[in-house]
Amino acid sequence: MATIRIPTPLRPYTNGRSDLTVSGGTIGQVLDNLVQQYPALRAHIFNENGELRPFVNLFIGEDNINDLQGTHTPVKEEDRILLIPSIAGG
Amino acid sequence: MLPNLSHEEILRYSRHLLIPEVGLEGQRKLKAASILVIGTGGLGSPVSLYLAAAGVGHIGLVDYDVVDSSNLQRQVIHGTASVGELKVESARRRMLDLNPGIEVEVYNEPFTSENAMRIAADYDVIIDGTDNFPTRYLSNDVCVLLGKPNVYGSIFRFEGQASVFDARRGPCYRCLFPEPPPPGMVPSCAEGGVLGVLPGTIGTIQATEALKLVLGIGEPLIGRLLLYNALDMTFDFVNLKKNPKCKICSPNPEITELIDYEAFCGVPGHDHEEGSAGKEWDISATELAQKLKNGARLRLIDVREPHELEISQIPGAQLIPLGQLAARLSELDSAEEIVLFCKAGTRSARALEVLLSAGFRKVKNLKGGINAWAREVDPSLPIY
Repeated sequence: MATIRIPTPLRPYTNGRSDLTVSGGTIGQVLDNLVQQYPALRAHIFNENGELRPFVNLFIGEDNINDLQGTHTPVKEEDRILLIPSIAGG
Repeated sequence: MLPNLSHEEILRYSRHLLIPEVGLEGQRKLKAASILVIGTGGLGSPVSLYLAAAGVGHIGLVDYDVVDSSNLQRQVIHGTASVGELKVESARRRMLDLNPGIEVEVYNEPFTSENAMRIAADYDVIIDGTDNFPTRYLSNDVCVLLGKPNVYGSIFRFEGQASVFDARRGPCYRCLFPEPPPPGMVPSCAEGGVLGVLPGTIGTIQATEALKLVLGIGEPLIGRLLLYNALDMTFDFVNLKKNPKCKICSPNPEITELIDYEAFCGVPGHDHEEGSAGKEWDISATELAQKLKNGARLRLIDVREPHELEISQIPGAQLIPLGQLAARLSELDSAEEIVLFCKAGTRSARALEVLLSAGFRKVKNLKGGINAWAREVDPSLPIY
């Protein structure tokens, strides 16, 4: 199963866990499974219409899924997915 | 024509002159350079100190705030003796003490759509050390419109990001983040906290990138985003590409001049906790104390995190952290009068929205939070 890395601001919704292994053959399936396991995350990743929120960026390895096939991007067992939110502190 | 170095300067910068990639010519480039640092806080502190020490000839500082003792845990350019003083003045004094051979121009004003182009126009490199989304989008747009590199850094708790956004050579901030998060969805450092040393790490990376840009050496962070996690001690890099539909840096941009950034982001352009939910929903600490004294039946709900109870508490309050509130509404009775509070009123204002959208109407937000309670009602409590 692929590993998805949860950034600090979203860890309150994953019981504080940072690296989660989630099954799924595409990014979309991985995200569906993720929010099923951690329902409180849903509102932070998807908008009301079930689309990815524009301030949440997903990278598979070093590449943005928007530069690949979006939520249809295939996910391999050994893939590492990074969830990158916007933060503004300074 | 690059300026010459005096004997005194040659001695001061001798460790730079010994590096072939810098050398005498590089040091003269630094002396001729001008860099604008937006924000003299957590990130701006190390950035300004290192740029001054490195001999950057002209450094501009933008900030309108005064030094507060709660800044000193991370804003190392200021000192205890500077509490209450303008941040730009406190910073300038420290920088000139470190290096009297440079010029420090201060702008004691908020960075806004009205003054940003004028202020930024004279600088070669802009450093984004702000603490809020509106000013970050503004800094980005100014840099895109003026064709200048924007050295980006951002922090939260244990996590930092850094990149160089230069729309002439790569993506801009809007390519990565086309829209800001909805207000309240991403906590600020004033609400969520930040490890004091974290801006040191990210700020020194920003200073490094700025110096590399001036010197024209190495591989700049253009088209790459650095992700640092201090808890895990990990550095990750991801590739950033120009967004062909970017609203400001694509070939046919929608945005061709500065906009109203506070309206765009739906939040104020600063990271001060104000904590008001709107007049009709607010209750002051004094009013609340009076009501309780008169025997009013109130349900006090503390929406802070459990570890904050060790700092201060209001007797009789029940803890329901904001993140759990939506799932624990069944514990509340909409017929009861409810008063929500947090540290300074921001999180409880969001909790109030949660309750209002669930149909609760007899709800109030303690304006200024438990800190206001400590100031107005119970001075035995600390303010944090």
